[in-house]
Amino acid sequence: MVDALHLVGGGLVVAGALLTLLGGVGVLRFPDVYTRIHAASLTDTGGATLVLLGLALISGLTLETLKLGLVWVFVMLTTPAAANALANAAFSAGHTPRIGAFQIMKSLAAGEARSDTQRRETSDDDKSSPP
Amino acid sequence: MLLAAGVAGLVVAMTMMIWRAIVGPSQYDRMLAANSLGTKIVLLIAVIGYLSGRPAFLDIAIVYALINFVTTIALMKFFRYRTLSRPLGPEAKDG
Repeated sequence: MVDALHLVGGGLVVAGALLTLLGGVGVLRFPDVYTRIHAASLTDTGGATLVLLGLALISGLTLETLKLGLVWVFVMLTTPAAANALANAAFSAGHTPRIGAFQIMKSLAAGEARSDTQRRETSDDDKSSPP
Repeated sequence: MLLAAGVAGLVVAMTMMIWRAIVGPSQYDRMLAANSLGTKIVLLIAVIGYLSGRPAFLDIAIVYALINFVTTIALMKFFRYRTLSRPLGPEAKDG
């Protein structure tokens, strides 16, 4: 029983690490600040949930489970708030979203509207600094 | 064994975040990388604590999560207003 719980907990930890790894790939590959924020925020909350749930299954019903729950509450409170504030700061600093149909947001942006409304080549080695 | 695999995955993801923080085109990419790296460090501390048989590392993980959030908010305030002594409010918004 305990071995089965350890196995399931270890599997959850590995699944959370793989989700975090997927978020790292997204942060490296996505072409825009907002898409990178999206990838990092979602995979951080999901990966933290999986890893901490796996560690809670390993530790059983002890004081460490309470601490793991506390860490989970902090991560789930702070990561979406930090991602929202980061996107807000980037948008108010004049960053315009680059891919997709963001026409309304482009007209609302603080900087001048970009002229290239067509879908960009999604390469991550863009040297163009934002306005 | 599984916990060691989790530690390896987290370390690789942290390397990706450090790479994004180095080559990031804008300062917001770097702030995002720093914040996400902090979250991954919290998870890494917790998993390493269980891997080495010392779950008291979770206290360090809690403290690191709080410090990470405060660091991100302070960095954003600094990069937006170029100082830390002005209030965060809509009246101080200068773009």
